[in-house]
Amino acid sequence: MTSITGTVTVLDPTGEQKAVHSALAERDASLDGKVIGLLDITKARGDVFLDRLEERCADRRWEVRRFAKPTFTKPAPADLRYEISQQCDVVIEALAD
Amino acid sequence: MDAVTGVELPDGIVAVVKRDCPTCTLVEPVLVQLRAAGVPLTVYSQDDPTFPDQLGGALDDSDLEVSWHLDLDTVPTVLRVDGGRETERIVGWAREQWEEFTGVAGLGPGLPAWRPGCGSRTQDPLLVDELRVRFSGSILRSRRIDLAALEDPIEALFERGWSDGLPVVPPTEDRVLRMLDGTTRAPDEIIAVVPPDLVECSVEKVAVNAVMAGCRPEYLPVVLAAVEAACTDEFNMHGLLATTWMSGPVVIVNGPIATRIGMNSGHNAFGQGNRANATIGRALQLVVRNVGGGRPGEIDRATLGNPGKYTFCFAEAEATSPWESLAVERGVAEGTSAVTLFAGEGPRCLVDQLSRTPESLARSFAACLRTVAHPKLPIAFDAMLVVSPEHARVFRDTDWSKGRLRSELDELLQLAGADIVRGAGGIEEGLPEAFGEATLPKFRAGGMPIVHVGGTAGLFSAIIGGWASGAVGSELVTREVGT
Repeated sequence: MTSITGTVTVLDPTGEQKAVHSALAERDASLDGKVIGLLDITKARGDVFLDRLEERCADRRWEVRRFAKPTFTKPAPADLRYEISQQCDVVIEALAD
Repeated sequence: MDAVTGVELPDGIVAVVKRDCPTCTLVEPVLVQLRAAGVPLTVYSQDDPTFPDQLGGALDDSDLEVSWHLDLDTVPTVLRVDGGRETERIVGWAREQWEEFTGVAGLGPGLPAWRPGCGSRTQDPLLVDELRVRFSGSILRSRRIDLAALEDPIEALFERGWSDGLPVVPPTEDRVLRMLDGTTRAPDEIIAVVPPDLVECSVEKVAVNAVMAGCRPEYLPVVLAAVEAACTDEFNMHGLLATTWMSGPVVIVNGPIATRIGMNSGHNAFGQGNRANATIGRALQLVVRNVGGGRPGEIDRATLGNPGKYTFCFAEAEATSPWESLAVERGVAEGTSAVTLFAGEGPRCLVDQLSRTPESLARSFAACLRTVAHPKLPIAFDAMLVVSPEHARVFRDTDWSKGRLRSELDELLQLAGADIVRGAGGIEEGLPEAFGEATLPKFRAGGMPIVHVGGTAGLFSAIIGGWASGAVGSELVTREVGT
């Protein structure tokens, strides 16, 4: 409502989330000896890209584990995220369209 | 202190009066009588603390704080207070009632036996919003944002990114409090977790955005139900927002509330001009944008979008329908209001001005439904079939139930694999060669809801194409509308 000084007070319509700046995880200098997760979001032809990545990793003798989301339309389930975090040092997610 | 009213009341008899009330001035000698009789009497005056003159004035309630918290309609009001709490009240002047209430006989000799009171100043329409903000504003928990004196409020809300591209109504405390009158639910009740930021959303936050959208308070229960339905895992608002596909939430309202709040289910039901249709759908989208943080170009990745993403909300034309309503089909009791959410594109028109048999009309429907998303793509996309009254008459006259129409359409919409594999018809889009021998349905089971909507003239129906169907994408979600 308008006060005597002519200012208007409104209510914040947002979720009032504080701006969160999350830092990127530290990048490994080398992937030698690391377990690499390849996560397919199950969108068409994402697997083509990941198959090729897997071949390239094999050339370098890097260990690869494959994962897939049940559907690309929803965030990865918590169980899948946990499984990847327990098994892998790094993860590469393929988005295709 | 009265825990309910939040004001300190002295024990004994409390009277609230104002000078500008003939009944209050009439009872002035009665108040004098009561005090003389030793009644522990406290008087508050709403307009002039020197009144009642014969008592040497009263406690000053010209800011109306006591009156507001006592929720007064009328002056004089006389209360009995025990241990700081009101235990009983009477209003106006009635000799017998006052005598019984105070235990003093022979009150107001010479006065008429009865006079009605006057309106309490707290009911003054020019004051009520201001009083509510002053004394009830604290129930609101949202952050207050002061706009500078020289800022145009509408422009300021655009600049803060809170608009969908059209002007929004500034959500001032008085407007939000009035909006909250539309529901019995507590402002701080959490009704949903809104994607994409997964923010807990209170009734109050929905009310703030409903104000901005232009809703009337009586629409709020519908908006609340729509927000609840949108923020379910089955409806999958997150995916619907993030997809490059062009769909958005379509809100279908069933039951008596649609008529009660003046929704349009007839001529131009999908179009402009009806406040409830326009603002309920808009309020849902503003909640997703502002509370959930779902903004185009950020998490909303739609390649094209569609105009329905401003608002797409309508009521089903139940009174003229030959069929059970969408909500009843989905398990809601007849006569109960509900919203159903569908992840839909914009509507496309379906013309058939010549069919007079249900068989022919169903074939027209099927031919058009086949083109949803792509004529060669089966199962992947849902569609809502919107049958208008003139087309529905063909089915009514021949006793075709909705179930009969649906099963005929299912049969007509079996696609031969040879027609829909990649390369068939000279079109690369399609299914892998392996499906060449298969027969596949255009729509999954449950993927083609049918509703009855529209004006009474026009042999046109409509198809609202859907999005990724079922568990991989979005399911229809129905929620009853509360109070």
